Amino acid sequence: MSQYVRFTVDGTECMGIRGQYLVDAARENGVYIPTLCNFPGVKPKGGCRICTVRVNGKLMTACTTPVAENMSVENEVKDINELRKSIIELLFIEGNHFCPACEKSGNCELQALAYRFRIMVPRFPYQFPVRKVDATHPRIIKEQNRCILCKRCIRAITDENGRSIFAYRRRSARVEVVVDPKLGKQLTEELAQKAMDVCPVGSIIVKEKGFQIPIGARKYDTMPIGSDIENMQVKKI
Amino acid sequence: MKTGVQKIVEKYGKDKTRLMDILIDVQSEFGFIPREITVQIADDLGMSEVDVDQTISFYHFFSQRPTGKYHIFLNNSAVAYMMGRKEVADTFTKELGINFNEVTPDGLVGLFETSCIGMNDQEPAAIINNRIFTKLTPFRAKEIVRDIKEGKDIDDMIVADYGDGENRSDLIKSVVTNNIRKIGPILERNHKPGQAIEKISKMTPEQVIDEVKRSNIRGRGGAGFPTGMKWEFCRNAPGEKKYIFCNADEGEPGTFKDRVVLTERARLLFEGMVIAGYAVGATEGILYIRHEYKYLQTYLESILKAARDVNYLGKNILGKKGFNFDIRIQFGAGAYVCGEESALIESAEGKRGEPRDRPPFPVEKGYLDMPTVVNNVETLCAVVKVILNGGEWYKSFGTTESTGTKLLSISGDCKFPGVYEVEWGFSINDILDMVGAHNEEVQAVQVGGPSGAIIASNEFNRILGYEDLATGGSLIIIGKNRDILTDIVLNFTEFFIEESCGSCSTCRIIPTLLKNKLVKILNARGVKQDIDDMVEWGKILKASRCGLGQTAANPILSSIKNFRPLYEEKIQKNKVFDSGFDMNAAVKESCEVTGRVPNI
Amino acid sequence: MSKPIVATTSLAGCFGCHMSVLDIDDRILELIELVEFNKSPIDDIKKFSKKCDIGLIEGGCCNSENIHVLKDFRENCRILVSVGECAIMGGLPAMRNGIAIQECLEEAYVNGPTVVSNEEVIFPNDPELPMLLDRVYPCHEIVKIDYFLPGCPPRADLIWEALVALVTGDEMKLPYEVVKFD
Repeated sequence: MSQYVRFTVDGTECMGIRGQYLVDAARENGVYIPTLCNFPGVKPKGGCRICTVRVNGKLMTACTTPVAENMSVENEVKDINELRKSIIELLFIEGNHFCPACEKSGNCELQALAYRFRIMVPRFPYQFPVRKVDATHPRIIKEQNRCILCKRCIRAITDENGRSIFAYRRRSARVEVVVDPKLGKQLTEELAQKAMDVCPVGSIIVKEKGFQIPIGARKYDTMPIGSDIENMQVKKI
Repeated sequence: MKTGVQKIVEKYGKDKTRLMDILIDVQSEFGFIPREITVQIADDLGMSEVDVDQTISFYHFFSQRPTGKYHIFLNNSAVAYMMGRKEVADTFTKELGINFNEVTPDGLVGLFETSCIGMNDQEPAAIINNRIFTKLTPFRAKEIVRDIKEGKDIDDMIVADYGDGENRSDLIKSVVTNNIRKIGPILERNHKPGQAIEKISKMTPEQVIDEVKRSNIRGRGGAGFPTGMKWEFCRNAPGEKKYIFCNADEGEPGTFKDRVVLTERARLLFEGMVIAGYAVGATEGILYIRHEYKYLQTYLESILKAARDVNYLGKNILGKKGFNFDIRIQFGAGAYVCGEESALIESAEGKRGEPRDRPPFPVEKGYLDMPTVVNNVETLCAVVKVILNGGEWYKSFGTTESTGTKLLSISGDCKFPGVYEVEWGFSINDILDMVGAHNEEVQAVQVGGPSGAIIASNEFNRILGYEDLATGGSLIIIGKNRDILTDIVLNFTEFFIEESCGSCSTCRIIPTLLKNKLVKILNARGVKQDIDDMVEWGKILKASRCGLGQTAANPILSSIKNFRPLYEEKIQKNKVFDSGFDMNAAVKESCEVTGRVPNI
Repeated sequence: MSKPIVATTSLAGCFGCHMSVLDIDDRILELIELVEFNKSPIDDIKKFSKKCDIGLIEGGCCNSENIHVLKDFRENCRILVSVGECAIMGGLPAMRNGIAIQECLEEAYVNGPTVVSNEEVIFPNDPELPMLLDRVYPCHEIVKIDYFLPGCPPRADLIWEALVALVTGDEMKLPYEVVKFD
């Protein structure tokens, strides 16, 4: 069996490595599939559903689906993009996202996706949930108002014994990501920074930091998210 | 307390994949799981506190605060309401002087809501200290509260006669009745346990799989995947160990057939698990049962022990070298989503019951990452008969597409609620006749529970089968006097809101938005756009990971499709926009606080 | 041909969005050529004297007065535009959503750092005063809004591009850089 597989995205021929996840394989072919809960080097979980594509006629999350020979993928099609747009809108109305007052504004992936999808206002009513800010840990603030429950921190950050520092708590709409009371206090400077970097939004903030990059120079001020992939020179295998 | 917890943790070999069992034992010993115990369990298992907490806080029957010496969990399913649940609930709150989700100040009684407990044929029903109380009335509720206040033992509070069949046995002693209304080849009484095990011991595993394939039997949980194929996939999947799971987590409101099978045909079920184990090459079976059926635990354990005694379970079964198989029972702790096979596996591993991404499928990578078959209770029972009588025999029942028989759980507005074993291919009209529901008095039938569809009389000629109305077997009959939108659709939508695992953005958020829209329409503030929005928003759920999420809008979508006039008569005809904003309600609080009369 | 008529208002906002309108610099002279202003703090016209084509709304609704003004705008303007984060999603004022009114008032009139003394705990309750709403509402959750211009404040270029497009009937060309939530 060859190590490589051929697949198509919106009719364009692509090559990937067998077993590689679709988002990664597509990226190497210069195809951007929007993601949010996915993070390089972290086990995918398929939670946000934004990377939904249609594979051989079936809705699948591209971050969890391995490429296979002759896979036919629909990505930039109207109904799929509309679905993604509505999911991004859902995440906005689910929490309290006051972008003007957020340290992550301009570098926030949720916001960047909203820009890319040209969201001027969500179609859903704002829920204005009552949520807390957990500032009990010496190095970080866990801002629950902004948490989109993507599980990136849960999956990416554990202590040296593999124990969780961040975890889900409860279920349904009441679910939240909490910080371990003991391990949160012991968080090293390095892990604290990593946690903030892993968080796609401004829900994990390293204390006494923020607003370091001026408006205009931030990550998504002038370049839409995904444009780096789309503008990439693709090496043909 | 400390040593008590330690003992429990050690009982399960300090194995963190057995966290569910540890927590169930702790909950039952201490009545709740206080924080210091959580920390202790975490330390003993080498986990962090939040690792343990995430599992505890996921399940309905684990509590982190005291639940009272007596804890009453009153079922809040739609059928419970149809049978008088509201009056019973009101009596409890009045007599106890507390609301739901509260505990009396003296710590004696806690009162809680709970999703369908599998007693739809004898509602209103409640679970009190793991015992089932059925057919409650306001009078019974008063009696129960009086007995509680007198400090009676829970067993002494059962004043009615015990139910029928094994419900009367010393090991169950429950008032639950089986309500078996129709017996077919699966439920028939003359089965001799062990016959099929003897038969397969002379067959090769491949022959067993072939026979099952020949029967064309498909999974009885609802999805309908061919059983023989599933076994074959698992048999061929690489893995040093393989597992057979029996899914007895029937949480779909309106389903209760597994309860009856577990009570009356447990030996048949266990035999089916042994057959599956032999066919697949698994040595361990796990029967995952919903917590609501915990009252059957002692009885089921005794049957397993008896089977071990006669070597139907254990090592070298019936003297056949290398034919090893044993079964353990894993209880859930209250989560509908655990009925989804990969969530069930996660739960059995001691984690939150969150469905996994697929691929890989459980047959490749399941329990502890090993190839795993998850079969429905009914499927495993049917397989025994397939082995005994042959696949061809089995095909003589039902239709070409849907072979064999189906156990139906029928409840609602009919004379004879209960379990019926019928061949596939019966029409809804036939069923209505059978259960004593007059067609002209029936407004709708909910097929397949909340995740299924609500259909009107113009579709009562449709037949039950994978080719037409596929169903896990729940049929709820809804009479003419019911308000479908309030009694059924709203109730089911609330059910989905409560039971979402919370992992997918779609299923975590949309059902609440749909409910708010529905309530707006019920409050006469709806416009046509609201109906259109519900249809569009409901579609987004199709992008969810599991069946729960994908079907969470079905109560609303299928009722809009089949009962659209019910919505249209409630919306405002002369308006295209109404935000639903209510000035009087919006200024009420501030006027009260500042002490002024609203002037609007 | 008469010029299109524009009205503007600031509800629960900070007037930052109005400042951003003025921030179009010398294009303001073009704007005056292009449109006529009616009810607006810019020209200090207090009441609608005629039906308008475009209403620009800054700020969300935090009190009963905001609701009345917004409904008045909806009745008198053919097109309503939510301008800025507060109009679109409540903005900073909406950070009080979820906090009890009692607590909000105590913070303002009893415990606030600028309160000299209010030992009797008196909250303003003159019947002339607007009544606080239970929470801050985005404008489109009160009346139908036709267009949304996000930003805090929306970039002057965004307001300009959108306004010109609405007035001329041309398609709105909104470059990536100008549509921002902050």
